[in-house]
This record gives sequence, C-alpha cells and structure tokens, in this order.
Amino acid sequence: MIETKNLSKAYGTKTVLQIDQLEIPKGQSFGLVGNNGAGKTTYFSLLLDLIKPTTGHIENNNVMVHQSEDWKPFTSAFIDESFLIGYLTPEEYFYFIGELRGQNKVDVDNLVAQFEDFFHGEILGQKKYLRDLSKGNQKKAGIVAALIGNPEIIILDEPFANLDPTTQIRLKGIIKNLAEKQGVTVLVSSHDLLHVTDVCERIVVLDKGEVVKDLATNEATLKELEAHFSGREVV
Amino acid sequence: MTLKHFLNLEWKQFFRSASFGKSIALNILMIFFALYFIVSFLIMGIALYPGLKKAFPEEDPFVIVNGFLFFYILVDMAMRFFLQKLPVMSVKPLLTLPVKRNKVVHYVLRKSAMSFFNILPLFAFVPFSIMLIINGYPSSSVLIWLLAIIVVTLIINFLNFLIESISSETELSFLPIIVLIGGLFALNHFNVISFSELVSQGFMAIYSNPIFVLVPVLILAITYMANFKQLKSKLFLDSSLKSKVTVVNASSMEWTRRFGDIAPFMQLDLKLIWRNKRTKSSVWMLLLGLLYGLFFYPQPTYANMPWFFAFIGIFVTGIFLINFGQFIPAWDSGYYKMLMSQNIKYEQYLKSKWTLMTMSVVILFVLSIPYVYFGWKILLAHFAAAIYNVGVNTHVILYGGSFNRKKIDLNQRAAFNYQGTGAVQWIIGIPLMLLPLAIFGITYAISSFEIGCVVLTVLGTTGIVLHDKLMTFITKKYLDSKYKMIDAFSQD
Repeated sequence: MIETKNLSKAYGTKTVLQIDQLEIPKGQSFGLVGNNGAGKTTYFSLLLDLIKPTTGHIENNNVMVHQSEDWKPFTSAFIDESFLIGYLTPEEYFYFIGELRGQNKVDVDNLVAQFEDFFHGEILGQKKYLRDLSKGNQKKAGIVAALIGNPEIIILDEPFANLDPTTQIRLKGIIKNLAEKQGVTVLVSSHDLLHVTDVCERIVVLDKGEVVKDLATNEATLKELEAHFSGREVV
Repeated sequence: MTLKHFLNLEWKQFFRSASFGKSIALNILMIFFALYFIVSFLIMGIALYPGLKKAFPEEDPFVIVNGFLFFYILVDMAMRFFLQKLPVMSVKPLLTLPVKRNKVVHYVLRKSAMSFFNILPLFAFVPFSIMLIINGYPSSSVLIWLLAIIVVTLIINFLNFLIESISSETELSFLPIIVLIGGLFALNHFNVISFSELVSQGFMAIYSNPIFVLVPVLILAITYMANFKQLKSKLFLDSSLKSKVTVVNASSMEWTRRFGDIAPFMQLDLKLIWRNKRTKSSVWMLLLGLLYGLFFYPQPTYANMPWFFAFIGIFVTGIFLINFGQFIPAWDSGYYKMLMSQNIKYEQYLKSKWTLMTMSVVILFVLSIPYVYFGWKILLAHFAAAIYNVGVNTHVILYGGSFNRKKIDLNQRAAFNYQGTGAVQWIIGIPLMLLPLAIFGITYAISSFEIGCVVLTVLGTTGIVLHDKLMTFITKKYLDSKYKMIDAFSQD
C-alpha cells in the first residue's frame, strides 16, 4: 500500500530523515515511535506532501506522492491543531471536510453519530467555535474529522497526547476497529509506548531519522521498546 | 539591562522571520516615503516664515502659524490613526519570566514615542523656530513654544493609541476617529466652539508665559498613564487565554449552492470574514471606501479634473478587493497544511476568492450609482473602473498572493496584535490604483475622457475573457510555491 524508497530529507547539510526501504501493507495498524527529532512528523509530512523529499519517493497505492495528487481522495490525516479551522463550529468543520471528500450532510451526520461517546457530549451541539474548545476537545474533533469520507489510509500524529484517560481508551478501540474490521491502514505516532503496543500490529522505531527497529507486536515488544529507550539493549 | 534584551529580541524577530526578504523590499520603499516627507517638511519649515511674510506683509507669520495649529493637530491625528500602530511585541513568553510587567509596558510606550510620526514634525518646526529666532523673536520664548509643540505631538501620539484601542474593542473600526475629528472640525467650522482660536491662544500664552507649558505636559502625563493602565490590564495571561466564548449563530448559507463546486469555499470565506475581527473590519472599510468620493466630487476643483474620476472609481469599487485580496492566501494560513492535504482543487479555492472579490466590485458599483448626481461622467468612469477591477486587478492581486509568506493568526486576540496592518497595507494597494490612473490619465490627455473609459473597459473585458487562462496560470504559481508557503505559514 505505502512504499517508501531511498527517502531522505535534509535541511542544508543536516539529514533529518533517511529511510531506504519501508513497506506498509494495506490494513496494517502501524506505529511510529522515537524521541523528539527522530523524524516522525517529518515522515508524516512527507507522506502528505507538505514538504519536499530531498531524495527518493513515497508511493501511496502506486501514486507518487510528490508528483500527483491522486492519493488525496483515499488518504486523510490529523497532524496538529493547524488542521482545524478555528472560526467554524465542530459541525460546520465536519461538513466542510465532508464536502471536500464528497460526502453529504447525512453521510457526515451518520458517521459522526457513531462517535457520540468518544465526544463525551463536549463537541456536538455546543454552539462554540473550535478555537474556543479546549486542546483535548479540539483534538477529538480533528481525529474524527480525519475519519470522514471512508479513507483507506489514516495518519494520526500523536493522537493520544492531550487526551484524558477515558478518551485515550476509547480512541484505542476506534483505531483497532478501523484496522481489524474495516481494513483501513492506520499510521500512528506516539511517545507513549504502552498505547502504541496496545494498538499497533507493527512498530517501527526511528532514531535520528533512521529506522533502527521494525517489530511485529507481541507480548515481549513493550519490554524490548522500554529497554531500547532506556539505553539498555536486551541481548 | 532589560531594554537591551528587548531590543535584542526584536532584532532577532525581524531578521529571522520568514518574510524577511519581502520586508526588506517594503522597508526600502518605506524609507523612500520617509525621505520624501522629511525633505518636504524641511523645505516647509525653512520657507514658511519668509513665505508668509511675503504673502501677508501686514500680519505676524508666527500668529498665522499658531492659528493653523488646530488643523494641523486634526490632520496629524487622522493620519496616525490609519498609519501608525502600537509597536508589536510578543509578550506572552515574557509574562512568566522575572520581568516586571511595568517594565514591558513602559518599554512599549517609550518605543512608540520614538516613532517616525513624532520625529517628522521636528523637521518642520525646528527650522521654523530657527527662522523665528533669526528674525528677532526672543529665543527663550521660541524654545518654550517649540517644546510645547513637541509635547503636543507626543500627546497626539498617545491619544491615538487610546482611540485605536477603543476602536479595536468595538466593531466600529474607524467610526470613533471620524466622529471625533469630524465633530471637532464641525464645532470649529460652524463657530460653536472656536477650537482653532483656543489652540492659537493657548500657544500664544505659552509663548509669552513659559509657566503655561505645564498644561500640555500635564495632559501628556495623563494620556501616558491612561495608556499605561490600559495596556497593563491587557498584559495578563488570562485576558488572552480565557477568550470570551461567543455563541455561534450558524447559518447554512444555502444560496452559495448556485455557485456549484466552489460553494464550500465560498461558505468558508464568508464565515472567515464575518467571524473574525480582523476581517470584519475590512467590511467596515467598505463604508469608508464608498464615501471616499464625497471628499472629492462636491469640490469644484475636482469637477474639472475628469482624469481623476477613474482613480476614485477604482478605489470606490475596489476597496474590498484591495483590502481582502492582498492577504490571500494568508487568511487561511492557520489551517493551510490541512487544506493542502485535503482532496481539493486549488483552482476552486482561488476561484472562490475571485468570485467573492468580483461580487464585491459589482455590489459596490451598484451602491456607488448615486454619485451620478455629480455628473454622468462619474458614473461612466466608475463603470469602466469596475470592469477594470474585475478583469485586471482581481487577477493581479491573486497572482501577488502567490508571493505571500506572512502568516496571519486569526485566533490570536491578545493585545499588541496588529499583524498586517499599518502603513504597509496601503503601499500594496498603490500599483493597483496608480496603474489604471496612469492609463486613464494618458489616454485622457492624448484623446478624450470617453476614450479613456473605453480603454479601461477594454482592458477589463480582456481580463474577463482570458479569466480561465489567467486562473490556470495563477494556480500554477500557487502550486509552485506550495512548499514555501506551508513552511512560512507554520512559523510563528
């Protein structure tokens, strides 16, 4: 589904990302972990063609991401708050995104209605603009907006940060459901090793822009990750 | 010590910003303007005394100048309101650091006293004072008088910020200043209270009795303190963090549906304009623009200058176009990344902006039809100007937008936020207005008024005919600078 080849991104002489080969098959829930500056957001930005690769390319469903825009209809993302339009209400925002993705109001209403408990009554019908919501609630709106229009690939950067525990647990349920039952490819990055191991079938560790680990998740994965990040490798 | 840090911070902010290259070009232009004004003021200051002496041999030039000071103050106030802004400083990061709030506020206010607008008058008044002393006026009295002038300039400086903060809190925009200046002028003009007389007498009193200089100094202290209090009250985090929550008044705007596939963007743009203070004020600007013709047309001097009509026509029908258009696509800078990752056609996005601007031109033209009262030529010129605006200026401004690298933060409502306002805003409008003026003026000079209108109309029509081609070209420009724009818009 997503094929990364010889991809690198450099600012001046400093290379911030260098991935020679990475394949993410359809329907996989894929987790990206790494310390600050490891290149997680850079990789996602490249996937969304928000920055230009220095070398190499990413193919999304056989579409060259930096050459064609044909990947956009089946790919959606929520990277940060800058994906929200502050002066709209959540409903208006959902409808706007829906419209861009060819969904009418009823479609959007139906989809959003499934996330009533995820919203915890704090998003819909509040008569508030997105800019007036708290950070956590903004994030909830942004994540759900990324699910509109039946995308085949969903990219979420740090989806668990800023959310309260209840919502984190519900979000895990949503992501698992998407990947397992609906065959959606979900790409998640996180600093929280526990969440990632819970949700993702596969975890890739980035360090200084390079892939240092590529693990299929099992019971030992969390231990291995903790060992890696505390600097003690298990032998 | 702290002052040094503040200056250091601002220096870095200026040189490290993404729009640095662009601001250099603009700054050079601003410097030219500044030099022009300095030289004009200097010449005026030197020539004023002998000139007045020659024109009115009977009267004392010093008394004449004092008689005009009231009008000078009014003009100065009006100019400042539109051109001078309180120095910008990002204060939020400083609030939690051990820097006294008072210090920050004092710094901002003192910096404003160093503004070009306060220094410029010196170029006229200092040589004028020297001329007075040369011509035998007592030097100590003249110096006190000069001091009073400087103090009054500073009073205007601080008064202006008070007026600006009042206007920015209400949604009336420039209404307060118009009411204030118009009211003072009217009261004086119709002899209800003769302010020009009062001001003149005041300065004469200071001239003859230096102790009276304390009055303006006292007023200065009061305006400074008022500003100080006002700014300080805004300097608390919660006043910017805990923004007041407005209850939404949502409407589905079904009428935009008839515009087809650009409807979602049209709705978004209309909400953008109506729900943000910054953009809302450009709606109020429409009123000012519409009334702009009233400054000129009633005067017989301009009635005989038909070449000027087209310029006013461009302004009257194009004020929204210029005001809104020059910040495309920066209006959407806050969520530009999202738009770019969405399944949108750039062309539709731009087309929506174009439709909005075109609609505004048509509406403003219709509203300006009453100007026909001042002559049918005006209507004709406005029509030609409107066509030119739709055909040429809309495309030019959209094209110009592809060079836009300056973010506008719509969400930020804290104090000190005057992004994208001030003198620079008006400079960008110059080519849009001067070019048609030049075209019209030249054709008017070598042939006739009617031909001038025809030329503008033909140019405009050409633009409209080529609209699709031009949009394709402009869209390509935007696509080419996509990465640069995303990068610039995600910087603070």
